[in-house]
Amino acid sequence: MVGIPSRHRSLFLLTGVVLLQVLLLAVQIKRDSQGRLIRVWTVSAVSPVERSGAWGIGKIRDAWRHYFALSDTARANEGLRRENGQLKLEIMQLQSKSAEADRLAALLNFKQTQAKVPMVAARVIGSSADANSAVIYLDQGLRGGIRKNMGVITPEGVVGKVIESFRDTSQVLLLTDRDSGVGAMIAGTRIQSPVGGTGEPFLNMKYVGNDDEVSVGSRVVTSGMDRIFPKDLPVGVITQVKPGGQYKQIRVRPSANIEKLEEVIVLLTTDPLALKPETPPTAATAPSASGQPVSRLTNTKPAEKHP
Amino acid sequence: MNDTFDLRIGESHIEVHKFHGGTILLCMIFALVLQAFLPVYIPKASVLDLPLLITIYFGLSRRNPSTGLLLGTLIGLLQDSLSKTPLGLFGIAKTVIGYLASSIGARLDTEHPLARFALTFAFFALHQGIVVLVQKLLLAQPQPWFTMRLGIACLVNSVLAVFLYYFLDRFRKS
Repeated sequence: MVGIPSRHRSLFLLTGVVLLQVLLLAVQIKRDSQGRLIRVWTVSAVSPVERSGAWGIGKIRDAWRHYFALSDTARANEGLRRENGQLKLEIMQLQSKSAEADRLAALLNFKQTQAKVPMVAARVIGSSADANSAVIYLDQGLRGGIRKNMGVITPEGVVGKVIESFRDTSQVLLLTDRDSGVGAMIAGTRIQSPVGGTGEPFLNMKYVGNDDEVSVGSRVVTSGMDRIFPKDLPVGVITQVKPGGQYKQIRVRPSANIEKLEEVIVLLTTDPLALKPETPPTAATAPSASGQPVSRLTNTKPAEKHP
Repeated sequence: MNDTFDLRIGESHIEVHKFHGGTILLCMIFALVLQAFLPVYIPKASVLDLPLLITIYFGLSRRNPSTGLLLGTLIGLLQDSLSKTPLGLFGIAKTVIGYLASSIGARLDTEHPLARFALTFAFFALHQGIVVLVQKLLLAQPQPWFTMRLGIACLVNSVLAVFLYYFLDRFRKS
């Protein structure tokens, strides 16, 4: 053992005696907020060690749990993945049901506002097997009152017309088909021209002269001249206007979301229907809650029957 | 056994004094009793710190740091016991003073009255400084470092020390 040099002994003794008395003081002193000073010191001295120990043990425990003791983790992970998949599926189903409920609510609302127009809601159950023809099948047919050449719409706009009706099914030619067409006019200028499909998502307004004023963004509505659709039903919005040889080349984006149809409305009449302005009387159409113009249909006096 | 002997430090020769048996103990008790007794009848006597003067004197005379600091510890703790201060407050201060007095006494000639006056003045101030420091750090009691009363106490105790030490010199073994 290394001895303390004699000239330093008294210094060591001084240090020891002073420290002892400091401890003696600490034992006696009691601070109002923290208790006895000796306890404060002891806690202050011990707590960093405890904290370090707890930190170290925590790290070791974490390392053990995260890198070594993983036998249950894989099983738990597998279970969680399975549960996660089920939950995702449930969410998708619920979202789908929610969207369906929204659509059905829109259809119901449309039917209620057009109470005087005979119509039936139908669900889209299939589409054409041919990629070149835009055809869909509905779950309603002759028994539901659906006949050939009846108009098919959604609250957003014109969809197409019934080309075949079976007992419980009907076939609908969509507006985007090359062979499809609808009597239409530009809402502002009342320029009339049929709108037909092009086999693409866009429609074509065919016979508008180069001298006519047509602007992009104008609404295109049904003219009622085809004796299938009532007047002033939304058909689409003009997105492109180009001068052509004899007529302008006008592209129209359909108002109805024709590519994603799930429920539609079949107008159960081939009698001419006319738009009755809602409010104000001068307004041709009124915006719906969805921002789309909604036409109020009334069954006008039947001028003539169209078989 | 010699009553006095020389302590050779460098070129100087410092005498180490011994006292008759029981002298230190009696002086210590007497100082403590007076310290507790006098202010009852003479309030202004509270400026005196007789235990400190005894600590300084025997530290300077004995010139042994270990003995000096232990004597300071004992006197300080007894003084604490007789007062309402926590045990150790004066103990620490007088331990340090006892050590320093013994250490300085071993290096300087402290027999001259002026030297005794100056040393007592310095030790008294240092003693008060240590007491205030301990009070601030450990007791969390805000105390001023210097007051006029402290200055007066320094002077009074230093003057008294000159006479007291002269008196105590009588008890040295010659």
